[in-house]
Amino acid sequence: MKYQSQKVALYYFLAAMALFGIQVLGGLLAGWIYVSPNFLAEILPFNVIRMIHTNALIVWLLLGFFGAAYFLIPEESEREIWSTKLAYIQLVILLVGTLGAVGSYLAGIHGGREFLEQPLWVKFGILVAALIFLLNVSMTVLAGKKTAITNVLLMGLWLLSLLWIFAFINPDNLSLDKMYWWFVVHLWVEATWELVMAAILAFLLLKLTGVDREIVEKWLYVIVATALFSGILGTGHHFYWIGLPGYWQWVGSIFSTFEVVPFFLMMSFAFVMVWKGRKNHPNKAALLWSLGSSTVAFFGAGVWGFLHTLHGVNFYSHGTQITAAHGHLAFYGAYVALNLAVFSYAMPMLRERAPYNQVLNMASFWLMTGGMAFMTFVLTFAGTIQTHMQRVIGDYYMNVQESLSVFFLMRFGAGTAVVIGALLFIYSMLVVRKTEVIPPGSANPVPGE
Amino acid sequence: MAEILTKSRARNIFYGGSIFFVVIFVGMTVHSHRYVVQTSTAGMALSEDVVHGKHVWEKHSCINCHSLHGEGAYFAPELGNVMTRWGVQDSPEDAFEFLKGWIESQPSGVEGRRQMPRYDLAEEDIRGLAEFLRWADQTDTQGWPPNDAG
Ligand code: HEM
Ligand SMILES: [Fe+2]
Repeated sequence: MKYQSQKVALYYFLAAMALFGIQVLGGLLAGWIYVSPNFLAEILPFNVIRMIHTNALIVWLLLGFFGAAYFLIPEESEREIWSTKLAYIQLVILLVGTLGAVGSYLAGIHGGREFLEQPLWVKFGILVAALIFLLNVSMTVLAGKKTAITNVLLMGLWLLSLLWIFAFINPDNLSLDKMYWWFVVHLWVEATWELVMAAILAFLLLKLTGVDREIVEKWLYVIVATALFSGILGTGHHFYWIGLPGYWQWVGSIFSTFEVVPFFLMMSFAFVMVWKGRKNHPNKAALLWSLGSSTVAFFGAGVWGFLHTLHGVNFYSHGTQITAAHGHLAFYGAYVALNLAVFSYAMPMLRERAPYNQVLNMASFWLMTGGMAFMTFVLTFAGTIQTHMQRVIGDYYMNVQESLSVFFLMRFGAGTAVVIGALLFIYSMLVVRKTEVIPPGSANPVPGE
Repeated sequence: MAEILTKSRARNIFYGGSIFFVVIFVGMTVHSHRYVVQTSTAGMALSEDVVHGKHVWEKHSCINCHSLHGEGAYFAPELGNVMTRWGVQDSPEDAFEFLKGWIESQPSGVEGRRQMPRYDLAEEDIRGLAEFLRWADQTDTQGWPPNDAG
């Protein structure tokens, strides 16, 4: 840790990991209700559990991004954060808002737009926190050295905050409501968050592989260009069946197909940098998570996204377990694993120690990734059968679901592995103090030229 | 390739291209907005009942179990065409009676079956919901869902 103010990242990461725990436990509970539907039915209905599961995910990912920004911006800009005090105030606002939201949900107070169920005051809190954050990091970057990494990172963070405005816009007309809702949801995960992801990945690869900055930054611009060129009009893949004009079927199909490109490039980027890299960084766990993240993102977002993005396919698969399969693997690969890569990289420095606990950390990677992959497969099988029975043959929804029960049981098993992996990860970050560094192998003797 | 695509060129393509696509997207959004209001949802008035029904729908977060036009949770049946499925799309009175009967019979308590919670709704809330679901059902959704099963 070169700059004192990087320390604020520690508290963001701790808060993020706490919510990560809540998120996966909520998911496990929801998965159990699929297996045993009467469980808790009278006390804590499925919809409340699901909103805790999804909201906790989104908030902890954002906390991780904020923390990552506070960690990497000082190193990139070569100066301290403009105001650490503001950074802590921002964190407190976010935590109060989160606890407030969870408390309201449990008390039965919530809005009714998926993922945006937060009470209005919490939404405002998030807006205020975002503004404080933007002010803080922008002042830091403006006063310091400007790099492509901070450029792209800041652009992503500014734009995603700007899009939050649409969380406040809820027209009475349901079709308009849905159209603007996607401005937050799709333009977050398939546009602005990709900028954040690519910037953070570039930073990690720069540090872990020691490849020349010029090369890293050129890749970065190419990746984010393909992300926005495809992702903006790719929003159309959500506009097929909600009352919007028919031309979205072609615009959405064509442009969202190209959304595979940035994910493919990010995966290639990671592997090429490692291959070219002359440095042999001792933090192997961070490298594993970085490579794993870009690879699983390619499969979850790229391959599983493409699977159902063409309107001819989506007509049948829309809103089935196929969607659930994709949503899970895409979020895990792109954003969960990337955050865990940052934590694995930064936590040892923030806690001023060698990157130990590598074996536990790496075991948690395989447990979580294996669990998520298995979950995705069983949900994809379930979704395929559901699509055929319900959408092609026309069987009633509830009967179809009943015939899928074996898949839901396997999904619960997969979820259990993920939860164990997640808890193991948190444990390896926080508790174990035994030194356990994976010795670096020999550096690549013939750098791939 | 290295010489043709320099870092600053890549950056300029990124900025220029992004602005280009944002402009197109905004234009298409404006057109789509007008299309929704004037064409695809114009078959039924956006009455006070419909708007009230939407608020009831949101207050209880029905979307986190059900899907509506295929979006939402996948835990409970699609409701964008439920009025058609029940055969009451063309009769506000029947729609109201059916929905009231349904809501008041929940939870079913059947062992091993997914449960819908009990909602104590006022008459006007149920009427609003019925109208809201009829309104959603009449939206031109390009032929989706493929059949009445939703
Ligand atoms: C990391 C990036 C991505 C994440 C986190 C993500 C996540 C999600 C989630 C959570 C949903 C469900 C939304 C809902 O509640 O209705 C969804 C839907 C969808 N995604 Fe993605 N996605 C990503 C990238 C992609 C890409 C690259 C494609 C296309 C190539 C894609 C295609 C789709 C489609 C077509 C749907 C709608 C499915 C339906 O009709 O039910 N996604 N995505
Ligand atoms: Fe999307």
